[in-house]
Amino acid sequence: MLKGRHLIEPKDFSLEELDEIFTLAEEIIENPRDYLEVCKGKLLGSLFYEPSTRTRFSFEAAMLRLGGQVVGFSEAGSSSVSKGESISDTIKTVGCYTDIAVMRHPKEGAPKLASKNSDIPVINAGDGGHQHPTQTLTDLLTIKALKKDLSNHTIGLCGDLMFGRTVHSLVKAMSRYENIKFVFISPPELKIPDYIKNELKDNNYYETSDIEAAIEDLDILYMTRVQRERFLNEEEYLRLKNSYILNNEKLKNAKEDMIIMHPLPRVNEIHTEVDNDKRAVYFKQARYGMFVRMALIMKLLGVDKNA
Amino acid sequence: MLNIDSIKKGIVIDHIKAGCGYKIFKELKLHKADYTVALIKNVPSKQLGKKDLIKIENEIDLDFKVLGIIDPNITINIIKNEEIIDKINVKLPKKVKGTLKCKNPRCVTTVENIEDVEFTLVNRETKEYKCEYCDTNTSI
Repeated sequence: MLKGRHLIEPKDFSLEELDEIFTLAEEIIENPRDYLEVCKGKLLGSLFYEPSTRTRFSFEAAMLRLGGQVVGFSEAGSSSVSKGESISDTIKTVGCYTDIAVMRHPKEGAPKLASKNSDIPVINAGDGGHQHPTQTLTDLLTIKALKKDLSNHTIGLCGDLMFGRTVHSLVKAMSRYENIKFVFISPPELKIPDYIKNELKDNNYYETSDIEAAIEDLDILYMTRVQRERFLNEEEYLRLKNSYILNNEKLKNAKEDMIIMHPLPRVNEIHTEVDNDKRAVYFKQARYGMFVRMALIMKLLGVDKNA
Repeated sequence: MLNIDSIKKGIVIDHIKAGCGYKIFKELKLHKADYTVALIKNVPSKQLGKKDLIKIENEIDLDFKVLGIIDPNITINIIKNEEIIDKINVKLPKKVKGTLKCKNPRCVTTVENIEDVEFTLVNRETKEYKCEYCDTNTSI
């Protein structure tokens, strides 16, 4: 039963519960008109303590497409936080007005703190470099919808594997499914941390810095951005940001049915010429993100189209 | 050697790593005690070379979890009629609340006033505990 629950990290939900959400998301994709009013009279509190474009728009679009309404703020300066209000007081107050809350916060663990003090479901929309569970749900739904199954895949993760929060969450989430192999493609300076590898079986992954050699093995290629803000030295950033630029040439040995994913925004790590390749699904992925959030909101509110 | 009377009824905290005695003394708020207490530092010890020792002439409830975190090798002797009637070895607790502070500067616990933050032991050898909010490991 997902009604009334919080989503703070992907492991909060069992595989069966995740599947429930994905099944509903796929039904919404098939028949979006059936869901236009399921959240009529419901209000989403959108608490964005730091700027976000895609995640906030995606949540707001999701609620509006279900017939619900949205109130909230998109930066801490325009809220009572600027007056020094605590997170627990804010969520208790927001809970008086709304039915469900979504929170993005720069401090790690802030949504968990909110959930402990909240009578309404709280969804973590990203807390610092810690968790971003709805991005993981987005990635899983994209794989399920386009590859028909979440098991039996070889997934290449490429770029900044050291600091990439989405990569860490995705590896943890996918490792719960059967027969998944990971290929970690990164420059030596941005290798995946040991604590992530320690949770995997030895024969379930290999590491390489050569994307062209690895690409023919892959069913899924997950590209990430090298983030400027992670580097103290601008020269180091400039050198590494161009480590892996995916273009048509590098894709020539890839499988015909491989999919190319990216959490967006991209800088230059995927050349725009790749956008026209049928294997490029990163904009579809953003759309799946909205559908999975629609399904998540419905499940946590306990509403369905027959109610 | 400095001589301090044996106690009739109370608690002796023994085998404290030299230098940690004052920390435990403060943690147990013994500096505010209105009964007889003694903190003895750098006592010669066969086992440790040097050790600290605390004697408390009173029956008080000790928080073994706090003591285990500060120094898991200490021994607690319960004294009655000048004799040891019980010996307790403290261990690193699996979970602790309200004693540790998260060392991750990006953690919400560094800016919000949260009581009883729970930490879970993840590595007994390195004495590392995981913060319930940000999952960062903090060693004692």
